[in-house]
Amino acid sequence: MLELRKDLFADERDDTLNVVGKSVQRQDMPGHVTARTRFFDDHAFDGLLHLKVVRSPHPHARIRSIDVSAAARAPGVKRVLRAADVPVNKNTLLSLINFGKDDEPALAVDKVCYVGEPVVAVIAESEAAALAARNLVRIEYEPLTPVFDVEEALKPGAPVVNPTYPNNYFEYHERFDHQKLRFGDVEAAFARADIVIEHRYQMSPIEHAPTETNGSIAAPEHNDRYVVHTCAQGLFFSLGTTAKIVNLESNRLHFIGGTVGGGFGGKVDSLTEPLAVLGAMLTGRPVRFVLDREEEMLYGSPRGAERIYIKDGLMRDGRIVARYVRSYFDAGAYTRLSSYAAIKCTAHIPGPYWIPNVASDIHVAYTNRCPSTAMRGFGITAVDFALEVQMDRLAEAAGLDPMEFRILNAYRDGDVKPHRRVAKNTALIECVQVAAEKANWPLSDQARRQSSLVGGGTGARAEIPATVLDQRGQIGRPESRGAPATGTLPAGAMRIPLTKEPVMEGTRDGRAAPVQVPRYAPAPAPGPAGPPPAAAASRPAAPPASSAPPFYPPAPSPAPVAPPPVAPPAAPPTQHGAMRFSSVFGTRRR
Amino acid sequence: MAKLPVQLRLNGADRATFVDPAEPLLTTLRRGLGDFAPKYGCGQGTCGVCTVLVDGEPQLACLTLAVACDGRHVETASGLADGPDMHPLQTAFMAHFAAQCGFCTPGMLTAARALLAHNPHPTREEVVEAISGNICRCTGYEPIILAILAAAAAPGARRA
Amino acid sequence: MARHEGRGMASVNYPIGMNLGGDPSQALIHSNPDGKFTVALSAIDLGQGMKQVSRQIAAETLGVPVEDVYVDTADSDTGPHDMGSFASRGTHRMGNAVIAAAREARGVLLEAAAEELEVNAADLVTDGRGNIHVRGAPTRSITVKATAQAAQFKQGRTIAGRGIFLLPLSAVDAETGEMNPNTAFAHACLVADVAVDDETGEVTVLRMTSAYELGRVINPRMVEQQLVGGAWMGMSHALYETPEPYYPDPAHGPRDFNEYLMPGPGDIAPYHVTVLERPAPDGPFGGKGPGEMCANPVLPAIANAVYNAVGVRVDELPITPEKILRGIKANGGVRPQPRRGGAVTWRPRDVAVPA
Repeated sequence: MLELRKDLFADERDDTLNVVGKSVQRQDMPGHVTARTRFFDDHAFDGLLHLKVVRSPHPHARIRSIDVSAAARAPGVKRVLRAADVPVNKNTLLSLINFGKDDEPALAVDKVCYVGEPVVAVIAESEAAALAARNLVRIEYEPLTPVFDVEEALKPGAPVVNPTYPNNYFEYHERFDHQKLRFGDVEAAFARADIVIEHRYQMSPIEHAPTETNGSIAAPEHNDRYVVHTCAQGLFFSLGTTAKIVNLESNRLHFIGGTVGGGFGGKVDSLTEPLAVLGAMLTGRPVRFVLDREEEMLYGSPRGAERIYIKDGLMRDGRIVARYVRSYFDAGAYTRLSSYAAIKCTAHIPGPYWIPNVASDIHVAYTNRCPSTAMRGFGITAVDFALEVQMDRLAEAAGLDPMEFRILNAYRDGDVKPHRRVAKNTALIECVQVAAEKANWPLSDQARRQSSLVGGGTGARAEIPATVLDQRGQIGRPESRGAPATGTLPAGAMRIPLTKEPVMEGTRDGRAAPVQVPRYAPAPAPGPAGPPPAAAASRPAAPPASSAPPFYPPAPSPAPVAPPPVAPPAAPPTQHGAMRFSSVFGTRRR
Repeated sequence: MAKLPVQLRLNGADRATFVDPAEPLLTTLRRGLGDFAPKYGCGQGTCGVCTVLVDGEPQLACLTLAVACDGRHVETASGLADGPDMHPLQTAFMAHFAAQCGFCTPGMLTAARALLAHNPHPTREEVVEAISGNICRCTGYEPIILAILAAAAAPGARRA
Repeated sequence: MARHEGRGMASVNYPIGMNLGGDPSQALIHSNPDGKFTVALSAIDLGQGMKQVSRQIAAETLGVPVEDVYVDTADSDTGPHDMGSFASRGTHRMGNAVIAAAREARGVLLEAAAEELEVNAADLVTDGRGNIHVRGAPTRSITVKATAQAAQFKQGRTIAGRGIFLLPLSAVDAETGEMNPNTAFAHACLVADVAVDDETGEVTVLRMTSAYELGRVINPRMVEQQLVGGAWMGMSHALYETPEPYYPDPAHGPRDFNEYLMPGPGDIAPYHVTVLERPAPDGPFGGKGPGEMCANPVLPAIANAVYNAVGVRVDELPITPEKILRGIKANGGVRPQPRRGGAVTWRPRDVAVPA
């Protein structure tokens, strides 16, 4: 089924490696076929307790009262957890890298924002006892009006889903209700295009559906620590999230995992670890919290839905001259990782093509459904569906074969992309040519002769055009969404320094190294029109004043710190440590 | 709730334990007897990751009562290899890279084992039918189908 | 009452790793006294093959046989910090960290061998089979095992290495979206052949043909695993899966595998992949990462093939029989589009099935 085409790009490769490039058997395969591979739940504990949560039946409701007395007295019940038992009951996943405000409780406090939101946790001697006691928890709700549609949620007067973001959108740079991409002048290009085509696309939500459901087992360990067997996709991501929520130092948690029964993005959110550890802390016994299949399906965060509008300006010869994308990520009730996906999507626009005028407005909207999260292709899968169906329509409108149309508009080495960086290492044209050949889809001689290495980076393709700017979509000012353009950024202007020097430390022997650390061109002088860039270099430093320190301390020092002595002496200055994401997006943790 | 005694043969060894009357065999195997080969995937009989053999017939351990297995022979993927020697299905799964996360693999191997016991030379359609109750989210099934067909075609294959 | 065949295509690219950088990975490597190496990571293997990819990269860099390296990804007490296994960052980010760690360990290994052979470490090479010798003089050699024993018990050296790889975080401009996103992009083009039943609205994927450019392929069979499984998932996303069939109406949510539909082993389609390798300048041996992108081209390719077959554009996923039948009705009947190309030039892999 798989064929390697070693003839293509052969001059860019050294095919003399010893084991890289060989189909060596997987290290884990003998364990898999003998059933000796141990997943998180394949560990025995004496005195194991089982945790089940009581979930909201309402998409949006105020909690009037909670009565756990009957559940607490039920047979086998060891402990009932309520919101007040959670030491730090407000978190957002990306607070570990200082991005976004804490907006999600581990157990709901005053209101519930989606069907399935955890409100109370019951810990009992057996799963059956925990399930039986769960039915005895009495919660009185006052239903509130929910909102399920992303565009409805952004209208003035819509029900407030997430009190941390009262306008129902994630706030970018403390200025806008969306992330902008602006390159050239799309409106002028639409006006002179031969054909303008606009369509709406809708990506469905998707369930990750790993065969192993989310879960973890937490147990008191010697030395006053807690061991946690987990299915987390990021071991330290989950450890840091848990440490924050249960208010423990990171070294009192011992996370064991690394072998996971499928994830696809659905095991990044630490859905079970914090409450399992809290249960172990409060009972002194091992606590197992595993989602059953129905919980995994309904309340294990899905791939979020996305609504995407694409407007393209096309010339009769098949060149795309303008593309505008407006899209809405459905985050559900809380942020989780959606805020990041919108940035990734922004950098991806307009797809693997060179288009001289491009703009996009990517929104993250809150609705009263289960919070969505990362999934395979996060930020890209949906917009690729929309872009490529749109490309099919454009090819038809131009009267061109879809393959030829892709090759005509494909990006090539040296082309400037709308995020104002030069494309390198491209290979779209070759992929189209090879797929066409294998599928017996005839291409013209001209299309077969094209190359990603030739024709890019020439003339307008190498230039950053004069760009129309606007202040549309200011936070809390829905009337600003239709505001006119405010000015033009001169051609060639850049505001973000080119400081992508990879850091690769630990390579004290460079002599026999089979690969070299890549070096990038030094950053040019900042463009004429922009504000000064954010602080370029900073190191994790003093712990913050907060009573619940994040696992990764933010860098509070506003002043640039000199490069540390371990930096390679010959290299240009590099960035070390985690730069504050707040300086990237201008959103502070609160 | 009073516990009930259950004696069964597990992969050829006599084992005894006490179970709740409504306890599924899956819980007994995993939590009572420490055989973690059958996995929990749904508890509803819809995914196949808990597939075991009871007296040679494939059963879903999540829907089978432990007490119903008293006096019977239960076989799991833990007992597929003959000591250090792998079963032809295991070597074929390895050769075809037929596992990724490995979570469905024990159930998949057990379903295939039951097929080959009854039908040593299945067609592709019969293989597909035999594993149609076993969900895999990683591989796209093709390598698993190829591995089972290859195991059936292997010379001198041990069928049981 | 007819079955209409159609063909569609899509081409895509994909950024490798967290888009803005700022996602470090760390690795530690050490040797037993007999020259067998352990790589300790906190990266996660959720089936994509993190352990084996790290193992091959470590063995290649150390210059030792792959069997002499084992990778442990299990434990926060032993594996140093890593952001995690997502965003197709494992091979690229962790692979580079493993290279850094292995290079450091290799440096000590060669210094220890140089002391035993009384030569300059810069003149030593490894043969990948467990031996270290003087460049151009294979007989002046020492085994990795003897070197490790001498290093530990005689010289008092620790054959170990630590590595980190970080693409520094990029800022994003609020008004233009200017940023320094990923430097490594993978590419793909996929052709889907489908048949659409105009009476039931059912879509059958007949076959898929694709070309992927993934940088250096670290392990071809494992790349095949990702691409074949990912294409199945793409087909599933395109035609079957949704927890909210009438989104944004949240009703009718499936609760289990009986209600949440995915293609079974009888619904899969023959699939041929061609892989191109244009090494990433900053990838481990030029590697990128196939895991995340391999479903992406399938969704639009199938949608475009359905249009080619019956003239219905389904712009809301999944492409259900209901939507196709409503589309055919709205169009006043099927409108097959021009056929594209001929029969594919590959055959499904022949399988030896005894008669």
